[in-house]
Amino acid sequence: MSEKTTAAQAESSARQRGGDGALTREMFRKLAKRPSAEAIAGESVPLWRDAMRRLVRNRLAMSGLAFLALLSAMAVIGPVISPHDYYTNNLDMTNQPPSAEYWFGTDHLGRDLFSRVWMGARISLTVGLAAAFIDLIIGVVYGGIMGYAGGRLDEAMNKISEILYSIPYLLVVILLLVVMEPSMWTIIAALCVTGWINMSWIVRGQILQLKTQEYVLAARSMGAGPMRILFRHLIPNSLGPIIVTLTLSVPSAIFAEAFLSFLGLGVQSPAASWGTMINDSLASWSLYPWQLLIPAALLSLTMLAFNVFGDGLRDAFDPKLKK
Amino acid sequence: METILRVSDLHVSFAARGGKIRAVRGVNFEVKRGEAVAIVGESGSGKSVTAQSIMRLLPSPPSRIEKGSIEFKGRNLLKLPEREMEAVRGRDIGMIFQDPMTSLNPTMTVGRQITEGLFKHQGMNRTEARERAVELLRLVGIPNPEKRYGQYPHSFSGGMRQRAMIAIALACNPSLLIADEPTTALDVTIQSQILRVMKEMQERFGTSIILITHDLGVVAQLCDRVVVMYAGQVVESGTTWELFRNPQHPYTRGLLRSMPRLDLPKGKPLIPIEGTPPDLLAPPPGCAFCARCPEAMEVCADRDPELVPVGPAGQAAKCWLHHPLAKEAVR
Amino acid sequence: MSAGTNRALLEVNGLSKFFHIGNKQTLRAVDNLTFQVGQGETLGVVGESGCGKSTAGRTIVRLYEPTAGEARFLGQNIFKLKGAKLKALRREMAMVFQDPHASLNPRFSVADIIAEPLDIHGLAGSAKERRKKVEELLDKVGLRPDHAARYPHEFSGGQRQRIGIARALAAGPKFVVCDEPISALDVSIQAQVVNLLKDLQRSMGLTYLFIAHDLSMVKHISDRVAVMYLGKIVELAESAELYGNPKHPYTQALLSAIPIPDPKVEAERERIVLSGDLPSPINPPSGCAFRTRCPYATEKCAAESPAFREIRPGHRVACHYA
Repeated sequence: MSEKTTAAQAESSARQRGGDGALTREMFRKLAKRPSAEAIAGESVPLWRDAMRRLVRNRLAMSGLAFLALLSAMAVIGPVISPHDYYTNNLDMTNQPPSAEYWFGTDHLGRDLFSRVWMGARISLTVGLAAAFIDLIIGVVYGGIMGYAGGRLDEAMNKISEILYSIPYLLVVILLLVVMEPSMWTIIAALCVTGWINMSWIVRGQILQLKTQEYVLAARSMGAGPMRILFRHLIPNSLGPIIVTLTLSVPSAIFAEAFLSFLGLGVQSPAASWGTMINDSLASWSLYPWQLLIPAALLSLTMLAFNVFGDGLRDAFDPKLKK
Repeated sequence: METILRVSDLHVSFAARGGKIRAVRGVNFEVKRGEAVAIVGESGSGKSVTAQSIMRLLPSPPSRIEKGSIEFKGRNLLKLPEREMEAVRGRDIGMIFQDPMTSLNPTMTVGRQITEGLFKHQGMNRTEARERAVELLRLVGIPNPEKRYGQYPHSFSGGMRQRAMIAIALACNPSLLIADEPTTALDVTIQSQILRVMKEMQERFGTSIILITHDLGVVAQLCDRVVVMYAGQVVESGTTWELFRNPQHPYTRGLLRSMPRLDLPKGKPLIPIEGTPPDLLAPPPGCAFCARCPEAMEVCADRDPELVPVGPAGQAAKCWLHHPLAKEAVR
Repeated sequence: MSAGTNRALLEVNGLSKFFHIGNKQTLRAVDNLTFQVGQGETLGVVGESGCGKSTAGRTIVRLYEPTAGEARFLGQNIFKLKGAKLKALRREMAMVFQDPHASLNPRFSVADIIAEPLDIHGLAGSAKERRKKVEELLDKVGLRPDHAARYPHEFSGGQRQRIGIARALAAGPKFVVCDEPISALDVSIQAQVVNLLKDLQRSMGLTYLFIAHDLSMVKHISDRVAVMYLGKIVELAESAELYGNPKHPYTQALLSAIPIPDPKVEAERERIVLSGDLPSPINPPSGCAFRTRCPYATEKCAAESPAFREIRPGHRVACHYA
């Protein structure tokens, strides 16, 4: 093949590509300064900030978070801004529908439902926070030790958690009622017994998997002690699943509280829980539907909000979605 | 010789966070009957994406074939309805994958996996299919094929599984076999067994082979022609003989110089290719290799060269150095 | 310190590492290894997957507890060290890992990764000193000082591997175990890393144990080479001797299996293709472990385990017929 055709092809192609005009001899001088091949473009992004960015872009998760923020705010200020307190019976004003005086109406004893649902929110959120706290303190530490120690200790600790897991939560609560008055604290105490087990298994699995990673071996080969390895390498890299488990165990604790209070095993009147409010309203719900609908809607929305927020966190932290 | 596969101006992209990864950017090559063609490139060069586009195995989304055509025996595979494509896979084109540990179905016997295609595409009955499968197992060098026919993949070693994969791929006597890094996961002594089997099968059945690999040594051992890919483009192609002896693209030259040779005395320092391949989220405007090229010219930074013929034996290179002006220019 | 290769930095005698797996079975990953590594030299260790080469390397840097044997580092048996003495040893030995994606903690910045040995051993006095040391190390491996604030996932495989090398060198070790440092990298990047390792060896007087399955790269970088098969060293010699005059049938087959990137050479080559697969290290064959695949095996090979004997100065082979 002649070189002329070659040149013509190349030239025409360059024009097609929108190069600026014909090729000149000057363009074939050796490039004096090549762009550096080691340069990395763009700003530096730590992994967690990357995850946060993805979370913020997830509309559903953010609306879940917004709802939870609103709920928390109302739990704090709701009972304060209401003109009525949550426990005073007003037998002249029973079963009032929502009005300017009673914003969410009143119950069969004439108590202000607006104050009561936000008191219920306080209880729900307290139980939720307690569950999260127990998960973190007992579950992460217990699971971390199981996973890191391995061998016999792991086996023994795992057996203990399996035994505890096999005791139904309801049974634990009923047994606790033998020694305790039924209240929110019974429910939290029961959570202390069994609520952290799922978390400990998640953490154990993570640690077992991570501890054979080469960066952990590298740290060991440099002489890092167990504390450094656990708290600088293993736990930070398990944060994703830990946070996700946390946001999913919170709504289940909230539901457990509502359910037990509904059965009369939890929070007792005059204290207000969404569960007791739903129970109170059941007898006459067709006459006074708001007594049922308001706490039920709040309970469902809270669980939904935690779930979509948890899903959003999982998507944000899931390394499989990374390129 | 008859051309059985012609890939023209193939563009494939992947949707990713932060934009579109342009994995394959205008690939052209062809495969003739009975010929073994290697597609060589490093990770991210687009070689596997090209192979999977031929088989239409890429999940979409995230992948998208932006343009181009893949003509196989006169039909554009990219335009075929999925049902007809299913008939092409397995019957006309067989494929072997990199990881023999995951490419066989662990819940089916090896024999069943070979005969599946025979029932589907060739309408064989049970005894015929079984006979053919046992014969195939024997051909790919599996000892005791009658017994192995009824066993599950977990009792096969890595090398045995890859042989079984070859038997499955060749069961319906396809005219093209695509092997995507078939020996990368295997040890060298097993690799030479597998390469030998592939070579024998090519000679016996006249099957054309596309071998996707990063290992230039394997290419030299098995293939007639080579297509070198870099950053989603073909940068050089030619016969194995010409391309290895007389590489015409700085990238090909760089690859060959950066590899130690077992047959040469040591002591010569390796000459690495500096830097790393470009980010295909935003491919550079000029030649993709420019930033790493020791011979880069000003034109390379902002204009992308074409693949042009450079030698008598059909060798072609995508490099401005072959432009007449480059030869005239005082450097 | 003179870089003479005759003084042994590391002497390994009868090193074994068995793993107890379920059902009272034992996996004999490393079985009775004896070798020396001279001051300033590179000993290459090659073999196929499962031959125990990585286990040997990890046992020597005390990531695994050895089952038997001793390893003398500058005369001191490192398998006996405990507590502060073991920690002090860890400054002298370092390891470069295979997978550049898994060997760097994704939540650490590059500065934290490289400075980790300094932090563990309290070698960086102030934050300023630490930053200076990190920048020096980055420069040594060909990266830029502004890379220190970035995170591993922003780097390419070759760059990450260089970060791993910088970390290995931070505490100023004498001896570095390179565990397949290039096998996960692309061809064009491998040479960058190998050249860097060679330059660093020259400038810092390092001694390497270079573990790999790529025989051509090992030939290029090593002074002496050990070939392992099923937990044992079958042949050990100077690099030129081993590649030019291989005596063990396994070494011969291994060398013959490596494809050479030259069609002319390939066309003219006679290739020894071994039949069969690697036996399991849980239940290795009696006598010589290679006999099940060896084209020259006799009854003697099944009956007797061959001694690892010196057939000429510096060239040891474990074969009855070498």
